[in-house]
Amino acid sequence: MINRHWLDFEKPVVDLEKKIEELKAYPTDEPDAHKSELVKLEKKANTVLKDLYSKLTPWQVTKVARHPARPYTLDYVRHIFDDFVELHGDRCFKDDKALVGGLATINGESVVVIGQQKGRKAKEMGYRNWGMPNPEGYRKAVRLMELAERFGKPVLTFIDTPGAYPGVGAEERGQSEAIAASLMRMSTLKVPLIATVIGEGGSGGALAIGVADRVLMMQFSTYSVISPEGCAAILWKDGTKADMAAKALRINAEELKRMGVIDKIVKEPVGGAHRAPQVAFKNLKAELVATLKKLKTLSTEELLDARYEKFRNIGAFVEGK
Amino acid sequence: MEWIKKNLLAGNIQKNAKKFPLGLWIKCESCNGIIYKKEAEKKLDVCPKCQYHFRISAHTRINILIDPGTFQEHDAGVEPLDPIEFKDLKKYRDRMKASQKSTGLKDGIVSGDGLINGKRVMIAVFEFSFMGGSMGSVIGEKITRIVEAALNHRCPVIIFSSSGGARMQEGILSLMQMAKTSSVIARLKEAGLPYISVLTDPTMGGVTASFAMLGDIIMAEPKALIGFAGQRVIKETIREKLPEGFQRAEYLLDHGMIDMIVERKSMKETLSKLITMLT
Ligand SMILES: [Zn+2]
Repeated sequence: MINRHWLDFEKPVVDLEKKIEELKAYPTDEPDAHKSELVKLEKKANTVLKDLYSKLTPWQVTKVARHPARPYTLDYVRHIFDDFVELHGDRCFKDDKALVGGLATINGESVVVIGQQKGRKAKEMGYRNWGMPNPEGYRKAVRLMELAERFGKPVLTFIDTPGAYPGVGAEERGQSEAIAASLMRMSTLKVPLIATVIGEGGSGGALAIGVADRVLMMQFSTYSVISPEGCAAILWKDGTKADMAAKALRINAEELKRMGVIDKIVKEPVGGAHRAPQVAFKNLKAELVATLKKLKTLSTEELLDARYEKFRNIGAFVEGK
Repeated sequence: MEWIKKNLLAGNIQKNAKKFPLGLWIKCESCNGIIYKKEAEKKLDVCPKCQYHFRISAHTRINILIDPGTFQEHDAGVEPLDPIEFKDLKKYRDRMKASQKSTGLKDGIVSGDGLINGKRVMIAVFEFSFMGGSMGSVIGEKITRIVEAALNHRCPVIIFSSSGGARMQEGILSLMQMAKTSSVIARLKEAGLPYISVLTDPTMGGVTASFAMLGDIIMAEPKALIGFAGQRVIKETIREKLPEGFQRAEYLLDHGMIDMIVERKSMKETLSKLITMLT
């Protein structure tokens, strides 16, 4: 069984999958004794799963986006790219393990990849600081972007973070400045930039690597100005109202696409990327290759003007007198 | 004085407000001193006992800084919408309307051009009392426009920030204002025009993590709270006591994050001098 971490709303599927496992393990002399029953159950499980995932609430999507078995940046990097050489450090203070990057090749072309990285097992989670970069992470990102610019390589970023780390050291070393500098640097970087939200797009810490020519989003990812829990704690004065906050904030891919904040939703397999990661890798790779091809037809000037206009035009207001 | 103290201690005051209006007297939240209101006003809303700089309205700020009669407001009519029909315990529209009524502004920023000792500048000033100076689409747009105006007229930009961060009620659109404003600042830098960012109490979150920390020169008012994450969030994350003076202007200066701390009474002269030296 690939998926040992169940989400509460998946219970109907979990029950069916348990039945299937039991049946498979049931001792019998006849090899095909339960075959028809199994086929029926598997078909049913698939239907139930499909049904569940076709009408996820924003809070349920948040849980899928945070699923511990969901593919992380390095999973995508290893499966999408033919080659990857990780590069470390910000050349100022340290190597931030919550934000990784390096050189990679895709379809014979070399690119720079950058992304927040979460850890899966208990020990690795701490090592990756739960995917929350310190200023050094963003400074490493800028260093790698500038490397890409010098050598004319496109930059592909992968967004997956609860947010930039809220710590004393992070503040002392300029978390705000590091994020701001990255936003500003991306806006004028003279190479194509593609950002993909693969899991959690948590606030400024996510956007810091998101000022791109094209912003893609995996179907069951979220992208938000604040975490649903944080928003609930402030506005509802009750952190447990996260489900209401998730809905009110409109943080899922379809809403963001409608608002013009992202350009494309990349389909995930039924039940989320963690149930069939290879499908997710394949879908994203196809989209990245196609997007890169399109961006390469633009001149640097066209690219930068379009990038500026893209973010310049985001906002909702009326022009009174 | 006794009756004033008694009245104040009786809790006849809102929590967390920095300056308590109580007739002729006010209480300074920073030193707990009780001071004569007129005296504080004469000192540009600075506590005469501890030099704490009270929060002041955007127009008061502009009056202190800009040569009399030279301020021309820009984009005063730009009004917020409710793009995601946001509602928590209150509707965003209601919060917005309440702030509009109490401040007389359409949103939490006043921008325009004017002279500082005869030199033309583009200036934008946050109004903290408008929904905590939170940055939504209108603030992002007005900052972008004032910087674009500076690009057109080739003059310096001064932005006074005072904000809790991005405005949650506009969802992702607020977050994107960070990218939008940082992008236009990049153009200002390419054009070689000075940008002075002044951080006033408090400047936090998405405002700090975008244009506010991108000034060619960054200054702060004394004791201003400046940071990315809020202190409550940091305390919950690290489960430790925060260092003395953490996230205050003096602390940031010591850690190399800002150029200088400037008292309100010398702000105009300092800005004027720096602009002259840079242009
Ligand atoms: Zn005082």
